[in-house]
Amino acid sequence: MKAVLMKKRIRFCLIFILFLLSFAASIVFGQTSITLEQALSSFHSYDETSTEHIVIQSNRLPRAVIATIVGASLAVAGAFMQALTRNPLASPSIFGINQGAIFFVVIGVVFLSVSSLVSLMGLAFLGAAVAAMVVYFLGSIGRDGLTPVKMVLAGAAISALFQSYTQGILVLDEAGLQDVLFWLAGSVSGRTFEMLLPVLPFMGAAIIIALCMGKAINLLVTGDDVAKGMGQHVAELKGTMGIIVVILAGSAVAVVGAVGFIGLVVPHIARFFAGSDYRLLLPFSALIGAVLLVSADVLARLIIMPQEVPIGVMTAIVGGPFFVYIARKGVSSR
Amino acid sequence: MKPVLTFRGKTASFKMEKRMVWRLALLLAAVLCACVLGPSLGNKIIHPIEVIQIMFGTGTGGDYFIINNSRLPRTLVSLLVGAALGVSGVILQGVVRNPLAAPDIIGITGGASVAAIAFLTYAAGSSVGIKWLPVAAITGALLMSILLYVLAWKKGVTPIRLVLIGIGIAAIMSAGTTFMIVASSSVAAGQAYLWLTGSIYGASWEDIYIMFPVVFLLTPFALVFSKSLNAQQFGDDTAEGLGVRMQRDRFTLLFISVVLAGTAVAVVGAIGFVGLIAPHIARVLVGRTFGGLITASALVGALLLFAADVTARTIFYPIDVPAGVFTAGVGAPFFLYLLYRNRNQL
Repeated sequence: MKAVLMKKRIRFCLIFILFLLSFAASIVFGQTSITLEQALSSFHSYDETSTEHIVIQSNRLPRAVIATIVGASLAVAGAFMQALTRNPLASPSIFGINQGAIFFVVIGVVFLSVSSLVSLMGLAFLGAAVAAMVVYFLGSIGRDGLTPVKMVLAGAAISALFQSYTQGILVLDEAGLQDVLFWLAGSVSGRTFEMLLPVLPFMGAAIIIALCMGKAINLLVTGDDVAKGMGQHVAELKGTMGIIVVILAGSAVAVVGAVGFIGLVVPHIARFFAGSDYRLLLPFSALIGAVLLVSADVLARLIIMPQEVPIGVMTAIVGGPFFVYIARKGVSSR
Repeated sequence: MKPVLTFRGKTASFKMEKRMVWRLALLLAAVLCACVLGPSLGNKIIHPIEVIQIMFGTGTGGDYFIINNSRLPRTLVSLLVGAALGVSGVILQGVVRNPLAAPDIIGITGGASVAAIAFLTYAAGSSVGIKWLPVAAITGALLMSILLYVLAWKKGVTPIRLVLIGIGIAAIMSAGTTFMIVASSSVAAGQAYLWLTGSIYGASWEDIYIMFPVVFLLTPFALVFSKSLNAQQFGDDTAEGLGVRMQRDRFTLLFISVVLAGTAVAVVGAIGFVGLIAPHIARVLVGRTFGGLITASALVGALLLFAADVTARTIFYPIDVPAGVFTAGVGAPFFLYLLYRNRNQL
């Protein structure tokens, strides 16, 4: 038992090294080539006249940090959703959370002329919560409860619904389009620390609380009846998990826009490394999510230089086939 | 026993309920009305009589230009595309025996979109003419459906796996289109984006020359297979017992469905949900036998897209809202309703 735990600790350390490497790559690679020494010196002796230092501190560093935090949040949200629904296909983008958040933000910008970042974040939370609740409700009605097919179909329909309304509003109001366009694309480029700061406390708190819930979730996934029998307050636990999912996914959308499939893919990879014990699975998920999103961002920058691919496209190109694989492998019809 | 009309020919005969004949006639009349009503509605309302005069070449007024170059082609394209999507949807729902199937939901439209965008960004500028766009879109749709079928195959294809995998593929396809738009030159990107929104704005007579033969050749062809489709509804084994050659018929029907959807996408872009809704409305009107159902679905689809397009271009005038926004705005809630109704079967 101890040996197994030791092995997993080593794996965790290895993934952490991978994370450091991808983080460094994110700072070094790009249109302006930067050496590692320059990157280090920009931290301890910042030089205002050096282009490289300015690029690092105002562009590369913020986007690497944002990709890290958003990746970890989405991954943990995905792991929570898969535990909550006991369904391997559950994840924020499948639940229509991205499109829900975007729709509410667009409404806020166009009709309520909201402009402060904090209230936009609030709207994104609200949209994420509404979409998630509608999809959960629609997926759960009927005799067999929450089946994968119903959930996926409801999510697809809700996404299409919100997307078409968003498009309609933006066609009618081009000025509004200008305000939110940067945000619809789903990208970490051009994001600054100012955009992260209002949500950082929420995300940080949610991730920390989430990481502490591993033991309770281990009990929950054995089944509602067993968990109740062991004295767990199942309803309260599920409610808390739902709130955490909405906070994590909502603020991720609020910062970077629509980035899909991280929440779907990562828990499966993490399960491969960490097993099914949620006390290990959750930290592994957070770390792997960060690695994936940071490296996706690096790739997105390099593939068609000097342009950039929206990072949402990168994650979908990797995540889509994975979704097909899981759907093929074994989502039973019930 | 409901009143039935019987037609007997030398090689074939068929029966139709009288009620169904009446309803089909009514739908056809509505489509004909739409042909006249469509050109007369707009910023400047033109009297229907004048529209008819112009259509038959006897009109004189200055409205000739508006009717002939803009509103009439637009009306006809919306009707033809709607019909193509309606037939495509009803065949798909029949073949996979699932009321939730539709070309846009399982990724066929997505495949056509990727191929069309690839064509616009990489080939259209060179010697290859824009008239090959439909070919590209249909090829994309075909490849997509073959891939879908192969991926969903695991000792046979179950409708549930088909739908789930289709949704996954649709996501990859939409990422692919976004990628190409971002990576291409700004001129090509603008063209591609305009096309993706799914609008009938700027419909021309060339579009009609493409759509017309496809719709009027493939719909009768599909009707030939309506008996086979009827038998297929009882399940593969029963259908084979009734003498249906399952593999051949299923493949042909899917082919028809894909070509119809692919052409529709090539002409107007990714307009969603018409192929999903039209068959359901048609089923309420004429019942479940496929002979009448395919015809009714074509007519209903035509009327749906026509209504969406007229609404889109008149209500918010002078802004021309893409018709796809309306079809999705109405279609997605309808989809949720279908999901609710089928909640115990999925």
